[in-house]
Amino acid sequence: MSSNDDLLLDVRGLTIRFPTSDGIVQAVTDVSYTLSRGETLGVVGESGSGKSVSNLATMGLLNRKRTLISGEILFRGRDLLTLPQDELRKVRGKEIAMVFQDPFASLHPMYRVGDQIAEAALAHANISKEAALARAVELLDHVGIPNARNRARDYPHQFSGGMRQRAMIAMALVHNPSVLICDEPTTALDVTVQAQILELIEEVKREYNIGVILVTHDLGVVAETANSVMVMYAGRIMEYGPAEQVFGRPQHPYAWGLLDSMPSIEQRLERLVPIEGAPPSLIAPPSGCPFHPRCPYRFEPCPTEVPPLVAPVPDAHPDACHLPWERKVELGTQRSLLARDAA
Amino acid sequence: MIFYIARRLVWTIVVVFCVIGITYIVFYKLPAGNPALRFAGHSPTQQEITEIEHRLGLDKPWYVQFGKFAYHFFAGDQYGWPGLGYTFASGASVKSLVFSRAPRTLLLIAGAAILWLLSGVAIGVISAVRRRSLTDRFAMGFALFGISTPVFWLGLMMLYIFWSRLGWTAGTGYVSPASSVGGFFSHMILPWITLALLYAAFYARMTRNNLLETLGEDYIRTARAKGLSERRVIFKHGLRASLTPIVTMFGMDIALLVGGAVITESVFNLQGLGYLAINSATNQDLPIVAGVVLLAAVAVALANLVVDILYAFIDPRVRYA
Repeated sequence: MSSNDDLLLDVRGLTIRFPTSDGIVQAVTDVSYTLSRGETLGVVGESGSGKSVSNLATMGLLNRKRTLISGEILFRGRDLLTLPQDELRKVRGKEIAMVFQDPFASLHPMYRVGDQIAEAALAHANISKEAALARAVELLDHVGIPNARNRARDYPHQFSGGMRQRAMIAMALVHNPSVLICDEPTTALDVTVQAQILELIEEVKREYNIGVILVTHDLGVVAETANSVMVMYAGRIMEYGPAEQVFGRPQHPYAWGLLDSMPSIEQRLERLVPIEGAPPSLIAPPSGCPFHPRCPYRFEPCPTEVPPLVAPVPDAHPDACHLPWERKVELGTQRSLLARDAA
Repeated sequence: MIFYIARRLVWTIVVVFCVIGITYIVFYKLPAGNPALRFAGHSPTQQEITEIEHRLGLDKPWYVQFGKFAYHFFAGDQYGWPGLGYTFASGASVKSLVFSRAPRTLLLIAGAAILWLLSGVAIGVISAVRRRSLTDRFAMGFALFGISTPVFWLGLMMLYIFWSRLGWTAGTGYVSPASSVGGFFSHMILPWITLALLYAAFYARMTRNNLLETLGEDYIRTARAKGLSERRVIFKHGLRASLTPIVTMFGMDIALLVGGAVITESVFNLQGLGYLAINSATNQDLPIVAGVVLLAAVAVALANLVVDILYAFIDPRVRYA
């Protein structure tokens, strides 16, 4: 019973298309993943890799009329994609909550912070306005806003960036959701504040025993907090597995590229290697493996065949790459040797 | 907040003072010819002219004249407050003339403003919410029609159709609501609609564009993510933020119309302030024109003040700026 109850999200074959006047944007293609209680799923990839869009689909925040979505997003067994709008609204903000990237733009500039949180409380509970405000103050205090009772009466522009993001987290926690989606929650913040916000998210996850999806392009953030990691590129999953495996023994050339382009304290800065080329157009994505035009190891099947997301050997995690397992091991070993030399 | 309002108030007084100065220069200093001649009648003697100059204070230096002019405006003259002097033609009080015409213009503006604000914002919201639908296209087509239609043509068409052909309304002229409420509405409905149409079209477009822009903001996504109903997202979160530029426009439009509803007034023969000003200008009766201009300018300054204060209530960020 426990494992089934712990499974919160089960996304299967999620595919999202935006028809535009320039053509159809293939934002997300055949993406499957799961999220359980107490798990932090890190989703990494460059801008435009489909990280945010798949989460907006989970929240039901994509315009259904102007988006083609297929696949399933099962939340505790219910498919969110086929749920009627008003049913979906009862899930949104109550059972699945989201924290957005830019706290400077995500709060309404003309309403008091406390009122905005209270509004979230009133959206799904039949309580008095006073009770909702009290809940807002309690949560602001809980996420570490000093003097919460007074600060709740402030407007967003009187808050610093970190405080606003704390307020956003407080807002997300109003109904004790079981899934918290954080879409690049630290990108707009100072480095010192970033760590505090990540710590807060971790605390919240442990305390409420919820599942967290952490979308970011900062691998350092994922390495610190995630249990499992999903690497996305051009709307597809390139590699998906437990964090220690993806970071310790990455299998996909794109993941290698990402890791090599990340500055770290151990490695000297001249060893920073960018991935050549630019992310592909999602209107006309490359044939075969979407990463092949930028991949230094591409060979004969790459431009024509889309590699399936499978585990190459039983004790490895799934990746979407045509390279034979022996070759991956060989290249991976070279990589780690290079890294060790540089250190 | 109090400091903010006080600062705005001081500014308004400064602006009104500048307006008085400019009005004085434009209407009393710049016009060629001696005003005394206008009062004097046919072939006056030099002695008569000197006498009139003395009576009008024209023999005093300009700053004394201006001082009196400004003093009368703020403190009133023999005709009461605000002192606007008397006319060249009849020597009657400008104030009583202006005040007898003002209600017509003000009632015209008020009725039209209510119409255009309600219809314009409503159409804009519907258009934005149903973007690219048939309703939206139709509404924006209507807006284009409203913006492109000349007011005099529209007014005449209205009169032709609803008065002359259908006989649903009264025709031109003005009936005071004090004498007949029904007659007042029957006479005013066409001018109201005529004047409101252009503005309704502008407001519909502006509301639509503002709301569409606002609905793309991150905080609207946050509101949806909270699980709020779409109605609440649009009206509480969207419209509130789209309202600021509309309030600005509204204040300015109303103020500008105090002297600017001339065409509508003429077509419907309402004989309001604009009509008075135009008539007086052709007769070169400058004190009347100056009086109307002064009042219109003060109306603009006051509208600005009201808008600024409203701004602070709508957008908390303004209070601290």
